[in-house]
Amino acid sequence: MSSAMKTVIGVIAVLFAGVLVWMFARGTATDRSSYSLTLREANRNKILLLTVGSEPRTLDPQAAQGVTEHHIIMAMIEGLVAPSINDQAKVVPGMADRWEHNDDYSVWMFHIGEDRKWSNGDSITAHDFVFSYKRMLTASFGAQYAENLYILKGAEEYYNGKTGNFDDVGVKAIDDHNLRIELVGPTPYLLSLVQHDSWLPINPKTILKFGNIDTRDTKWTHAGNYVANGPFIMKTWRPNDVIEVVRNPLYWDAANVKLNGINFYSIENSNTGGRAFQAGQLHKTDQVSLDKVPYYRRMHPELIRIDPYEGVYFYRINISRKVLDNPKVRLALNLAIDRDAIVKNILREDQKPATGFTPPGMGDYTPLNKITYDPERARQLLAEAGYPKGKGFPKFTIHFNTLESHRAIAEAIQQMWKEELGIDVTLENQEWKVYLDTQNSINYDISRSAWIGDFLDPVTFLSMWTAGNGNNNTHWANSKYDALIEQAARTGDPKTRLDILHRAEELFLSELPVVLVYWYTNTYLLQPSVQNWYPLVLGNHNYKYIDLKDEFERAK
Amino acid sequence: MIKIIAGRLFQLIPVLWIILTLTFFMTKIVPGGPFSAERQATPEVIAQLNAYYGLDKPVWQQYLRYLSKVVMFDFGPSYTYQSESVNEVIGRAFPISLQIGTLAFCIALVIGVTAGVIAAANKNKLLDYLPMSISMLGICLPTFVLGPILALVFGLVLKLAPVSGWYGLNYVPLHPAVMPAVTLGLFYAAYIARLTRGGMLDILNQDFIRTARAKGVPEHEIIFRHASRGGLLPVVAFLGPCFAGLISGSFVVEKVFNVPGLGQEFIKSVFNRDYPLILGTVVFFGALIVIFNLVSDVVQLLLDPRSRN
Amino acid sequence: MRDSTRAAPFADPVPVQGESLERGSSLWRDAWLRLQKNRIALFGLWTFMLIAILCLGGPFFTSYSYESTEISLKASAPTERIVLRTEFRKVGEPRESYLALSSLEDEFLERSPAERRAIKERVQNGNEFREGNAAYRLSNQRHVFGTDPLGRDLLTRVLIGGRISLAVGFAATLVSIAIGVVWGAAAGFAGGKVDTVMMRFADILYALPFTVIVILLMVMFGRNFVLLFVAIGAVEWLNMSRIVRGQIIALKNQEFIEAAISLGLPAYRIMFRHLIPNVMGSIIIYTTLTVPNVMLLEAVLSFLGLGVQPPLSSWGVLIDEGSRTMETSPWLLFFPAVFFTLTLFSLNFLGDGLRDALDPKSSKD
Repeated sequence: MSSAMKTVIGVIAVLFAGVLVWMFARGTATDRSSYSLTLREANRNKILLLTVGSEPRTLDPQAAQGVTEHHIIMAMIEGLVAPSINDQAKVVPGMADRWEHNDDYSVWMFHIGEDRKWSNGDSITAHDFVFSYKRMLTASFGAQYAENLYILKGAEEYYNGKTGNFDDVGVKAIDDHNLRIELVGPTPYLLSLVQHDSWLPINPKTILKFGNIDTRDTKWTHAGNYVANGPFIMKTWRPNDVIEVVRNPLYWDAANVKLNGINFYSIENSNTGGRAFQAGQLHKTDQVSLDKVPYYRRMHPELIRIDPYEGVYFYRINISRKVLDNPKVRLALNLAIDRDAIVKNILREDQKPATGFTPPGMGDYTPLNKITYDPERARQLLAEAGYPKGKGFPKFTIHFNTLESHRAIAEAIQQMWKEELGIDVTLENQEWKVYLDTQNSINYDISRSAWIGDFLDPVTFLSMWTAGNGNNNTHWANSKYDALIEQAARTGDPKTRLDILHRAEELFLSELPVVLVYWYTNTYLLQPSVQNWYPLVLGNHNYKYIDLKDEFERAK
Repeated sequence: MIKIIAGRLFQLIPVLWIILTLTFFMTKIVPGGPFSAERQATPEVIAQLNAYYGLDKPVWQQYLRYLSKVVMFDFGPSYTYQSESVNEVIGRAFPISLQIGTLAFCIALVIGVTAGVIAAANKNKLLDYLPMSISMLGICLPTFVLGPILALVFGLVLKLAPVSGWYGLNYVPLHPAVMPAVTLGLFYAAYIARLTRGGMLDILNQDFIRTARAKGVPEHEIIFRHASRGGLLPVVAFLGPCFAGLISGSFVVEKVFNVPGLGQEFIKSVFNRDYPLILGTVVFFGALIVIFNLVSDVVQLLLDPRSRN
Repeated sequence: MRDSTRAAPFADPVPVQGESLERGSSLWRDAWLRLQKNRIALFGLWTFMLIAILCLGGPFFTSYSYESTEISLKASAPTERIVLRTEFRKVGEPRESYLALSSLEDEFLERSPAERRAIKERVQNGNEFREGNAAYRLSNQRHVFGTDPLGRDLLTRVLIGGRISLAVGFAATLVSIAIGVVWGAAAGFAGGKVDTVMMRFADILYALPFTVIVILLMVMFGRNFVLLFVAIGAVEWLNMSRIVRGQIIALKNQEFIEAAISLGLPAYRIMFRHLIPNVMGSIIIYTTLTVPNVMLLEAVLSFLGLGVQPPLSSWGVLIDEGSRTMETSPWLLFFPAVFFTLTLFSLNFLGDGLRDALDPKSSKD
């Protein structure tokens, strides 16, 4: 062998050996030890281990837009009010220790507790909230959820630059501890709304330390910089692996916080999450793979939890397409689907067949029961529309984004329409962003969709169907519907208001620019050692109530 | 030799520039933007965000601006990991993929070459079919099948390796890189084994080997000293892209074992339309490809002196 | 130890004066004769033919459709007994649905476990059980491979999937092999600047994000089968071209090629007649390795929306889906994987045999 050859091979071998030695040396280094907890140790140390699915994009509440982000932010930032232990319709004091409103719920006063502090020691004042809402409404900041604050008087005008003076906006600090919120109309559901990320406060000093009021993506969200006011503060953030939060000693109600810390693992793959749960690495998963639900329900009912959840799964119909513009056809498509069979055989998570659009659990609003499985009537309607037994019915396509359950549901619906109505549809899956593009540009026939409620009021489901709403995406528009939604927004009496919304939804269901499928449930695995984890329709758990039982100790 | 290497390293610049330019314009044509979501933000918000990240300018301006930053090795902010720059994302994810990839490469090389040489030395005998069949399993059980099986067996049943995560769980004996590396390594081992066997057989049939045999040179010496050099040529040509591919991470394996490597950053950046992160990872991967193809070409030259002219 | 820098360690692989090279047909005829003597290779050939015939003809004989769902049946295990549920309705025909015997108990969850077991036994013994307006009795349906989560016969789906996978596997492999061999041979033979440019081009293609290219192709041309081959062909030839180039470089300075050049033979003739046949071994080996890759890549493309669309399927997609449910219904992974594995093994044995048969030196064994 030539010497050059030997040298080259030698160098390569040394490089490899170097990498291997380095990795295994690192493997035993101490910096890993704090993450290694068995379930038993975690119970004893009161550290909750859970997965929230994918990696959060940011932990800045005002730039956040997803459920994942929300579930982590909840541990660190507390709003004016906080979720109660077991009922999503009730709230407990958060930063505000008391509040009142006028008769028609359009002006609210929040009194910020005197003992409320940021984790950097600053007192929390009403001015912090004003600053936070100003940041949300600063157009150049580009908060995706800025629209949520448009119910503040003058907010939309400020956002669009019609007024440059934030004093014109309906949020004022009367003094350090009194916050006055004036809304464009009666808003009986405000307390539910202000728990949403977009209404949470941030520490103005910290924000301004890392940038201006409208600087995005600054490092203030990193461990060490994050200033919180909730029960926990951030200890570490290792992207795509774990976020560790620990008890916040300056939290106003720290005495009642039960846990010492929470580890949020980001595990996207539900099978991996399931294995981590089985291996004793997690107290809670964020979902259960479709095929394992029956297994757990039959073999380990104590480990699986199925909670009602505020969401509806449906197909949007592009009503500008010929044939699909006929309400009879759309009703026929709805009536030909055996939702019970889909829920019972494919999903198996106790989802409820959607008989209306707004799911149950929306406060005092009773869900509508209009759409059922009635193949006879579906066939009759299709015949009336001019397509007896599906003859001459054009071939439409169902678009969906690639996911096992979407495909299974689409295949089942495809088959039901074929059998019951004699019509053929093709299926087309698309990559997520392409699918969104198709849907938002209304360039589809029928498109899979879902909607998850933000707060406990039917408006969160019904307002999207007004003409020109960015989330309508069906070309459906009805001036009567818009007028009803508008009227509801001006009505102060809660009961009358819900009646008006009922009328609006009835109207919507008579026109049906959608195919209803099911109302969501939230299914996850949960160790029995986790205490006080009650089913909550919005999934907003106030982590300060959660506790862990040391089973080992109890056994002694 | 040094001139060749220097020349090739110089080629890196135009190659990376072409990769960058093509990718840049492809990402601009691909439908779907970084800020679209199931719940649409208002058009005003999207416009603000586009303005904030400079996406409202004409494409050629964006391109020039981007290029001027890349020259200074600044790949910009990531849209997915708000508050992290692309450099930071690569900086934290690559070391993890490097560890898994290096280990996987060693596993693939050892198993593959051993199986291939044994098979070639025992052509058409049991010791040919057996190692070849075993190495074939690495292909027949693709990573998305083998990964979960290994996780179940070694993680859940034997409790030797973590089933998920990189930093957690060091009470298990095995380093979290081992199972992902075995999964990946077995797949590439199958390739290396087959290429080795084929290459070795080509050489073993040649006259100079026959001569050596006739002279009574022991068989092991024939295989290791005379045949291995030419016989490994096809393998060496394959090793360049193989190693570059391994250390840039594997999406599937990283998802199955939930390790925060570069492979998933790359795939996720595409799915999220995180333009700067797509470009950053693609250029990084391009550089790896060129460099390791260079290494493999150099090794080929050394193995086979006649190629040098 | 041999001083490798001086002496040429490789003798001429193919004698240039040999007639066999110029009469290409006899090379192949010899190879075929040699192949017939290789029993393992023949076994591979027959197995492969059998699988192909099964996939082509099988779906006509399985008596189940690959697309019609029976969602109440769900994923039933292979050969599991199946119960027919007849629901009598006030209007219209009675509705029939099927369910697995093992999931019959789930129909009566409100009853006590003992009662449920009694019902199951009753039905199992061939008796009818009536409850309300529904009747349950054993049907004579059997699914040899079981059913998928939507209650479709897995055997039929595996065979139908085989058609797609084999078609894609072969067409796309051929495309990528053709490009890879010609590209690699041309680069290696030309050498110098041409070689540099060609190989850097390959590097560039290698580095470009495949997912983005596929999405782009789909947006520009819509989804069709030709695109599938283009997309797969575009990436799979890169390794092949590197391997071929490496070997061609090693060959081209040998005397028989120099002789051919000095004889004034045109470049394409030297490439196709003299160089490529000599690297046939590596080409065949790498081809048999490309087939499985292509079949699995097809599953990735299906994810992106190119490739097969439901209710059609392919082995890659079936294996991918099966791998997710391997703990609860392993047969969904097992059967497609067995077909996939058998195909690959037979192809590899065949490939090894072909390699040996085409190796001009092996006749002297």
